[in-house]
Amino acid sequence: MAEIAIKQVAKRFGGFTALHSIDLTIADQEFMVLLGASGCGKTTLLRIVAGLETPSQGEVWIGGRRVDHLPPRDRGIAMVFQNYAVFPHLTVFENIAFGLRMKKLAQQEVERRVTRTAELMHIEQLLKRYSGQLSGGQRQRVAVARALAMEPDVILMDEPLSNLDALLRLEMRAELKGVLAASETTTIYVTHDQVEAMSLADRIAVMHQGHIVQAASPVEVYRNPAARFVGSFIGNPPMNFIPATKTANGSWTVAGLTLPGPKSDKHKIEFAIRPEDVDAGDEGLHATVRVIEPLGPHTLVTCDVEGGLFRAILESNAAIAVGDHLRLAPKADRIRWFDPETTNAL
Amino acid sequence: MHGKALPYLLLMPATLFLCVFFLYPFALVAFEAFTRDGGFTLDNFRTMTGNWKFPVAFWNTILLAAIVVPIQLVMALLMATVVSRLETGRGAALYIFAIPLGISDLAAGLIWLAIFDQSGFLNTLLSNLGLVDRPVMFLGYQSKLTIFVAVILAEIWRATAIMMVILVAGMGLIPREYHEAAEVFGASPWKRFVKITLPLLRPSLQTAIILRVILAFEVFAVVAALGGTNLPVLMGETYNWQFSLQDRNVAAAFALLILAISVGLTLFFLRVLRVPKEARI
Repeated sequence: MAEIAIKQVAKRFGGFTALHSIDLTIADQEFMVLLGASGCGKTTLLRIVAGLETPSQGEVWIGGRRVDHLPPRDRGIAMVFQNYAVFPHLTVFENIAFGLRMKKLAQQEVERRVTRTAELMHIEQLLKRYSGQLSGGQRQRVAVARALAMEPDVILMDEPLSNLDALLRLEMRAELKGVLAASETTTIYVTHDQVEAMSLADRIAVMHQGHIVQAASPVEVYRNPAARFVGSFIGNPPMNFIPATKTANGSWTVAGLTLPGPKSDKHKIEFAIRPEDVDAGDEGLHATVRVIEPLGPHTLVTCDVEGGLFRAILESNAAIAVGDHLRLAPKADRIRWFDPETTNAL
Repeated sequence: MHGKALPYLLLMPATLFLCVFFLYPFALVAFEAFTRDGGFTLDNFRTMTGNWKFPVAFWNTILLAAIVVPIQLVMALLMATVVSRLETGRGAALYIFAIPLGISDLAAGLIWLAIFDQSGFLNTLLSNLGLVDRPVMFLGYQSKLTIFVAVILAEIWRATAIMMVILVAGMGLIPREYHEAAEVFGASPWKRFVKITLPLLRPSLQTAIILRVILAFEVFAVVAALGGTNLPVLMGETYNWQFSLQDRNVAAAFALLILAISVGLTLFFLRVLRVPKEARI
């Protein structure tokens, strides 16, 4: 049982604040992904949980035990590093066995665990090789096997797939998900790749400028962004935002269309919709087609709406030409509204 | 110009330089060591080994190297670790540690002579503290042991920094992730040093040790300053045969012996500290 609790953790480097008072609880055996652009503090947070970085304030609890004053080796964690950190002077076998030898496990147990995890990661034929004789993907497998062999309560992963090529990344992603689910560990996984985050996570914590903006299930994060940043960061292409002007209480005009919306004292708010949640029809947002990109299953159409860019994903058989005036009807249950000042969802 | 010839052409000046100033004198010395009055002979080596001072000089040199180099290695590793860990003042620490490097070995010997001399700093200090009634003869011909200790101190002071500089550079080449991975996987600071730093530092250790061992067998000026002829060493004997005894052939034999030891030890350390190609960083 290893629930992780991060309580009011902050980190400052000189005058720069990398993390502002983070609170996050990760349930036992949950797969939590920290997602954000580079410099958002996600790796710093992971390193604080690992014990490779000390927090400027706050507490870290793992499995009901406060660990922020303990060295990494006493925290019951294992880690997979971005550059794998497979020791070049040791064979694959000794790399996987490294942590077990440090724990002074009996040779028989070491062999059993190394063999088992090597089989799990399909690298049993590489055990006698050195890191220099492995491909990037194989090194990645060794790094994961080394972490699994520890049978840790918690596995921390720092962008483990970012150095692999696209095809290998896809393959490893699926494999990691299966292996980690079977290992019954709690996982914190750092990435800047939203597709990776969506496909792996039980829950995603979206980070921005040292804050956790939203921590929720992938679908929730996608469908109901808690803040404008989440909508604009997640989804490819991202959410569309259009200014909305109040016409009556609870009624708003958006690009020539009047829609029911939230009740607010504000005169202007923002309307938001995902590109796939509009249909071309007779009624809708007034749009002028700028670029058409046929993608096969559907067509990505970039339009001018209210002087801003608007991306719509339409049926690929729609007969559209550049310069056409379209009416894009938003699906009523997919419309979201944001406060332009706080940028929070309304 | 042909592309294939260009590299060799560019190597020509350096090759010529080496031939004229290294290979040719070396051949001359080797020739002198194996000849006397125009004929081939091993007499020079017999004279060398037959002299009563030879075993003393030989063992003194070996003993000095055997004591000084390991102490320096440990100290250099310690200093390099400290310097590598510093976040501020790293440059300053490195420069301060490296100051003795800028001083010639004879000057270094003289500095330590000024300390251990009968009217030196140490005696002044001791008598001012009232610990001795009259100056102590630290470096007299009866006190070989203190001369030996003084030489060791001077050598350590003088030449540890060269190893440290090489090791600092080597430590800088080891990616930090290896240390962090070892830390996460349960290695204590000492284990990290032994299991990660030392093995990954092998190429630099090799260079530092070889360089230092060769220098240790060439020890001369420091010994001359502190011990005069009271502590014979191989290089001192070479000098002695060449200039005092005016026998270039025996001096050449000594030079060849020192060279042979250096080459032998270099090969030994190259082999022992070899990093297999597949296990390099």
